[in-house]
Amino acid sequence: MRESLHAEWTKLRTLASTFWLLLAAAALTAMVSAAAAAAVRCPSGGCADDPAKISLTGICLGQAVVAVVAVMAVSGEYGTGMIPVTLTATPRRLTVLAAKAAVLAGLVLVTGAIAVFASLLAGGLILPGRGIGPSHGYPAISPGDGPVLRAAFGSVLYLALIALLSLGAATAVREAAVAIGAVLGLLYLVPIIAVAAGNADLSRHLEQIAPMTAGLAIQATTGLNTLPIRPWAGLGVLAAWAAGALLLGGLLLRMRDA
Amino acid sequence: MKQIRTRIHDCGDDLRYRSVAWGRDGFARLLRAEFTKFRTVRAWMIALCAAAIVFVLLSFVSALASRAPVPAVPAGPGGEAVSDTYMFVHQALAGDGALTARVASLSGAHASPSPTAGNAFGRSSKGQPGAQLQPGLAPWAKAGIILEPDTNQGTAYAAVMVTGSHGVQMQYDYTHDSPGLAGPAGPSSPRWLRLTRAGDVITGYDSADGARWTEIGTARLARLPRTVQIGLFVTSPVYFPAGAGAPTSSVATASFDQVSARGDLPRRSWTGDPIAGFYPTVPSASTWQQRSAGAFTISGSGDIAPLVGDIISAQWAGASIVNGTIAALLFVIVIATLFATSEYRRGLINTTLAASPRRGRVLAAKAVVAGSLAFAAGTIATAVAEEVTRHVLAANGSYLFPQSGPALARVIIGTGLLLGLAAALAVALGTMLRRGAAAVAAGIVLLVLPGVLGSQSGNWLMRFTPTAAFAIQATLPRSDLVTGAYTPPNGYFPISPWAGLAVLAAYTAAALGAATWLLRRRDA
Repeated sequence: MRESLHAEWTKLRTLASTFWLLLAAAALTAMVSAAAAAAVRCPSGGCADDPAKISLTGICLGQAVVAVVAVMAVSGEYGTGMIPVTLTATPRRLTVLAAKAAVLAGLVLVTGAIAVFASLLAGGLILPGRGIGPSHGYPAISPGDGPVLRAAFGSVLYLALIALLSLGAATAVREAAVAIGAVLGLLYLVPIIAVAAGNADLSRHLEQIAPMTAGLAIQATTGLNTLPIRPWAGLGVLAAWAAGALLLGGLLLRMRDA
Repeated sequence: MKQIRTRIHDCGDDLRYRSVAWGRDGFARLLRAEFTKFRTVRAWMIALCAAAIVFVLLSFVSALASRAPVPAVPAGPGGEAVSDTYMFVHQALAGDGALTARVASLSGAHASPSPTAGNAFGRSSKGQPGAQLQPGLAPWAKAGIILEPDTNQGTAYAAVMVTGSHGVQMQYDYTHDSPGLAGPAGPSSPRWLRLTRAGDVITGYDSADGARWTEIGTARLARLPRTVQIGLFVTSPVYFPAGAGAPTSSVATASFDQVSARGDLPRRSWTGDPIAGFYPTVPSASTWQQRSAGAFTISGSGDIAPLVGDIISAQWAGASIVNGTIAALLFVIVIATLFATSEYRRGLINTTLAASPRRGRVLAAKAVVAGSLAFAAGTIATAVAEEVTRHVLAANGSYLFPQSGPALARVIIGTGLLLGLAAALAVALGTMLRRGAAAVAAGIVLLVLPGVLGSQSGNWLMRFTPTAAFAIQATLPRSDLVTGAYTPPNGYFPISPWAGLAVLAAYTAAALGAATWLLRRRDA
């Protein structure tokens, strides 16, 4: 396992695209978060806004870049014909997948931590000037605040789980474009359908089981009783999706020819 | 090289000779080569058909899931859907005449909005009669004088009225409006109103002191019978109270005095009738009281106005089509990206560029082929989905706004164009990035993500990103005379249909330009 981890780390580390994509993920997350915070208009107060959630809006975009990194970690090997070499070196295929998952999760956790920190910093600086701050009765974005800490920590975990979900999907599908289409379709399509659905019960159920809407419940710090699903339970739903994708990918990797 | 030629010619027929003659320097031949490349990858053809099928299926399921039964909606004189619910204190007027009244005060209250999302119907029917009313006057609360041939739903009318925050207005036949005195009506600023009838012509006047009168406007009501109903009315529509996130039904109460009629009024006594329609109201709020011969206190709830989307139903019927479009869009982005990037992975690009060294034309041919195929699949799928969803929604008891033929054609053709332009954009992104994963992610982020982030409110994302193209599917009527939640989930877009599509076209053109430049500049 140690050798396998080392091999996967070397493969991922020596690709120039990995570094640039992870940098882009962190930068885009922070930029979109700052833009979302700057776009809020609530001069008189009384808006049903959640400061932490607004400050973490960029995760919606950052996850797409993280998914690309994860998909390319697997599909790249199929595209370049590297995979027979990898599997010859490590015949235990599940070990390969586990090593890939571990290395990727580690990288994404670091990236996510930077992105979330930058996003919350931007939100904490911008939002009070937009009428969403302690002077208007909103909770301050501070690391001492329990819910804010949970939102921050949970968002980092969210990105890591998205990476694992994408890794599993890419292992199952192999073709990079199809895998990323499937993952982003799963993430983005459901929230749109849920908003437009004419049936309140149905949209609530959709939001409870869909990976993005359930997983992002972890970002809520206000109005917790109106959430479709409780924060940690929501992240659990996403974890179940990621586990399911990895299981499917692992099974297919074991069963079929490389 | 020779093999390629042979391959291209193999799949051809007699047309190949003409195609050489048609195209400038063989662009038609290039198109044919690209079409052959697309056609012969079975997975792409299957995926394109799957895109159309998923489009229809998801539209169908979305329509099936929507349950928002609505009672009959009346049509106004112009055939448009209207709201026609108010409190009417009236009597018959034979021939020409006039009615004058002073509105001494206008106040209002609204029901407490329920915290759960839903449509106005759900709330008003669940609300307890008379309970939990909070003060607040709707901007389009109306109190004034109205004249109409009968009290049927959707009847023609002309009215002059004091409103909550739009001053005095003269309105007729639901959609016509001309402003009179500005400012609210109250004890310190009462408003005198007068409506006169001369044949088919109704004229509205207002005055701040009862002495100096100003004509606001005239209305010609065609085929007005000799005997009409004239009287005082009060109504108050669903609106968005400050601080409440959800719309709520409301009630307005007006105090009228100095009421005087001129002309032949055969019955000489006033009757109060709540004119009930489908419109959500505060239950049991319509009351009237005659304080003296010429003084009344009247409360009413409802609206006399064009009907807009979000009042009537929690779901815009077109939302099903949007859902289907987004699902098909995901397929189209993946296929079109692969169409561009797989050349790089398989090394076919070298052969392609050797066969036709003018690289810009190769890219153009690719974009045209992918765009046309996506357009064809999208147009057919939208036409089928429109038909299917309208049947399903009608069977579910949902109300469907009358839709004109040109608007329907615009939605069908426009959705095809949306998918076609998206395919061309994906080809350009694929050529620029050369990596399938990155290009697909970029396409989805550009076309779908703004809808996720910006669908809650009609903000700039839906105006300046490629997602603006979804405006081509807007079908609902909008009115300045109604306070509505004109947001994308309700079927209203912050940009006009063709302008929205033009935004996507501009992105596609820019991306194709950048891709051409890169393709020319770098090694294949």
